[in-house]
Amino acid sequence: MNDAAAKVEEAGHTFRPETEEQVRDAVSWAVSEQTPLAVRGHGSKAAIGRPVQAANTLDLSALSGMTLYEPEELVLSAKAGTPVAELHALLAENYQEFAFEPMDYGPLLGGEAGRGTLGGLFSANLAGPRRIRNGAARDHVLGIRAVTGRGDIVKSGGRVVKNVTGYDLSKGLAGAWGTLAVATELTFKVLPRAESETTLVLLGLDDAQACEVMALAMGSVAEVSAAAHLPETVRRSFVGGVLSASATVLRIDGFAPSVEARFERLAAIFKALRVEWLNAETSRQLWREVRDVKPYADGTARPIWRVSTAPASAHAFVMALRMEAGVDAFYDWQGGLVWMRMESDPEAELVRRHLSANGGGHATLVRADPAIRAAVPVFQPQPAALHALSKRLKAQFDPTGVLEPGRMVADI
Amino acid sequence: MATPAMPEVQEKTLSRREAIVGDLRAIVPGEGVVDATNSMRAFENDGLTAYRQLPLVVVLPETVDQVSRVLAYCHENEIRVVPRGSGTSLSGGALPLEDAVLLVMSRFNQVLEIDYDNRAVRAQPGVTNLGITTAVQDEGFYYAPDPSSQIACSIGGNVAENSGGVHCLKYGLTTNNLLGLEMVLVTGEVIRLGGKHLDSEGYDFLALMTGSEGLLGVVTEVTVRILKRPETARALLIGFPSSEAGGQCVADIIAAGIIPGGMEMMDKPAIAAAEDFVKAGYPLDVEALLIVELDGCVEEVDHLIDVVERIAAKNGSTTCRISMSDEERATFWAGRKAAFPAVGRISPDYYCMDGTIPRKELPRVLARMRELSGHYGLRVANVFHAGDGNLHPLILYDANEPGELERAEEFGADILKLCVEVGGVLTGEHGVGVEKRDLMGTMFNETDLDQQMRVKCAFDDKHLLNPGKVFPQLRRCAEMGRMHIHRGQMPFPDIPRF
Ligand SMILES: Cc1cc2nc3c(=O)[nH]c(=O)nc-3n(C[C@H](O)[C@H](O)[C@H](O)COP(=O)(O)OP(=O)(O)OC[C@H]3O[C@@H](n4cnc5c(N)ncnc54)[C@H](O)[C@@H]3O)c2cc1C
Repeated sequence: MNDAAAKVEEAGHTFRPETEEQVRDAVSWAVSEQTPLAVRGHGSKAAIGRPVQAANTLDLSALSGMTLYEPEELVLSAKAGTPVAELHALLAENYQEFAFEPMDYGPLLGGEAGRGTLGGLFSANLAGPRRIRNGAARDHVLGIRAVTGRGDIVKSGGRVVKNVTGYDLSKGLAGAWGTLAVATELTFKVLPRAESETTLVLLGLDDAQACEVMALAMGSVAEVSAAAHLPETVRRSFVGGVLSASATVLRIDGFAPSVEARFERLAAIFKALRVEWLNAETSRQLWREVRDVKPYADGTARPIWRVSTAPASAHAFVMALRMEAGVDAFYDWQGGLVWMRMESDPEAELVRRHLSANGGGHATLVRADPAIRAAVPVFQPQPAALHALSKRLKAQFDPTGVLEPGRMVADI
Repeated sequence: MATPAMPEVQEKTLSRREAIVGDLRAIVPGEGVVDATNSMRAFENDGLTAYRQLPLVVVLPETVDQVSRVLAYCHENEIRVVPRGSGTSLSGGALPLEDAVLLVMSRFNQVLEIDYDNRAVRAQPGVTNLGITTAVQDEGFYYAPDPSSQIACSIGGNVAENSGGVHCLKYGLTTNNLLGLEMVLVTGEVIRLGGKHLDSEGYDFLALMTGSEGLLGVVTEVTVRILKRPETARALLIGFPSSEAGGQCVADIIAAGIIPGGMEMMDKPAIAAAEDFVKAGYPLDVEALLIVELDGCVEEVDHLIDVVERIAAKNGSTTCRISMSDEERATFWAGRKAAFPAVGRISPDYYCMDGTIPRKELPRVLARMRELSGHYGLRVANVFHAGDGNLHPLILYDANEPGELERAEEFGADILKLCVEVGGVLTGEHGVGVEKRDLMGTMFNETDLDQQMRVKCAFDDKHLLNPGKVFPQLRRCAEMGRMHIHRGQMPFPDIPRF
């Protein structure tokens, strides 16, 4: 055994590559040693997924830096380890943004706010309240460079929006939690940020009424860019507690004259209800708090579910679940995203049974003790044929299973 | 045009043709199996009419169960299958193979469910793109991606090609408006992806399927997002003395934070052809014509019309008309929408290209294209999705003139290579198909292409679905999957560590 190998036997290593070639070398070495790697940026989302048994870690935080930014072309590229906060700041200087409003998992998972890398944003396919109008990270990524689990450096996509040249691996690798390939550089579409915004607040609705109201609003000409319902149990957590009752909140943003006009349209639809509004600054704060799940960023490890479902039946799902389990919930994405905090047990089987009976979709256990995450499927279990296809895809990217094995599914 | 080399024909399939037709008839009864040469002629090409080939047999299934059984049968007997929607592909994606079953999805023509509360439509793949909008327009909704072929092309074909249209600048491509799919794998297994909810529960197979050109599976159901139709839309028709000025105007509009509902540019030859054809009132003394459409609430549109008008003037526009009615807006668009047939009138044949470039490269690319046009002795007219950099150069040629067709193809290939050279891509929305297959190497190296082919292997390891398309070379999956691992032989990597 050579010296280097001996060192590895002793304790796991944390590799901190500064170049794409070094990422490749680390993965190739891991393949030849048959030793799995944990892949991380800042580690701000390391607590999501099944616990991975990996002796060695590939830390991408030193593979950092913006490599291309052309505001007038609406395009930005950066190495995977670039802090997202840095990119937000850079974009803000040019009145631009990632239009999908990537959330910050930090506080919810008991960590700091403002951490996270571009690679992590991509691998977790982050989104925010504007998901219903503008999509998620996967809808804005244009190109990728990555190292596969075979130790190959590959690229896909490009720097232009319209591109159907070959399979869309850029989108295909988004949300794979690093289990297929290690992203080394990413290119994103960026967009102008809204000049102005306001939020219409409808007070005192129950969950079912709120789902109806949100559907009406999203189907109106007011071009609502975010719709959430904050029930009585959570409303105090938001904007310093100024919401006086359960609040159904509808955001309008864009050019100032347009925001004003659309606000009037929206208010007219709901004139029979208790209507208030938030100014731009308060509105921004509210949606940041909704985005980052403020009510449940409570410093505990109580189980948190992130449920993606058909918006109109979300309340029925929560109602059915409430009959059998202790659950607190609020809704984003017109109801299509339900954040749920469980009293103690995650009740995975129950959650998924009621979900499939009420609108369908998928439930991810984004927060729970490691022991629970090892025992309960964190990601929604898939039907046999789809599961088998997922396995085959994993095998084509990472045949020996060195990249985050088992993070999403036990045998993938 | 000489069809690029296709995979070697499987003699064992050809020699068993009669038996295969019989077996398929047992699965899809009645008119659903077409094997007479005369009747198969209707299917021998798609929108890329230069390439023609009769299929082994045409099958038109009506149910998912039939699709599943046909595919399982073909899989078991190692018979190739080419899926087809409406056959409007411009890249030869639906071009039949001599030894392949052509699986035509046009009988899957029902809208299955309209759900306004969830703003979703569930439809069979043979429903036309426009058919989705037609189904919901009475309630004021529409489906945003709008390829020019929308009267004819199928929503399943749109998924397979990730089709775009004028409105995609603001509202996204097919991939951004697709919520769910039901598909049949080549083994006959039926899989559902997504639904009325967002994001996938595991790997993003919806993303991989969109734009996969019929190589990964057969789409049997589609769920798409519908949107409320904007309150109003108005357009500006702006002429510039140079393409540089037009290009700068586009850049300035975007720099002002405006994402128009549509932003299209035409060059002088395209303007002349369109005006001659539809008499839209286009100015003939400009080098570049820009159509900018703004949609939304009345107040927003009025506000932005003013802003865009000022930006245009600042960039030296020589004409600027603003639509005052929907009829007037429609005339602005009439010439652009008829650009392809208009060019078809001034030349016996034309060849439509589809590269994308970073917008700022437009003047350079147009200048180089003029040089190439001189070099090849062929005229070229350009229509351009200016907002997102997607170019459609139309090369004019006469197939009856010896050598012109080959020159047109070479010219086209040079244009696409140029697109890649300036940081763009080979195809923005028409797909690789057969047409651009052999140019894939200009954008991707072998490692890139191998990894793409490995995705194919996860779905179809015998290369039975639409072989000969997209990939310049077919490599056996078993061969590509191999990995030689020797424990301890890789040096410990020389990388910064903690
Ligand atoms: C005049 C004209 C204008 C056009 N304008 C545009 C435009 O503006 N924007 C644009 O993007 N495109 C445009 N196109 C190209 C074409 O219309 C699109 O690519 C369209 O999506 C193809 O749909 P189709 O149903 O005709 O598919 P087909 O041509 O039948 O097939 C295309 C590909 O999809 C596969 N396929 C079809 N159905 C299925 C299915 N159910 N499951 C799996 N695979 C399937 C086929 O195998 C093939 O590879 C235009 C074409 C024409 C002729």
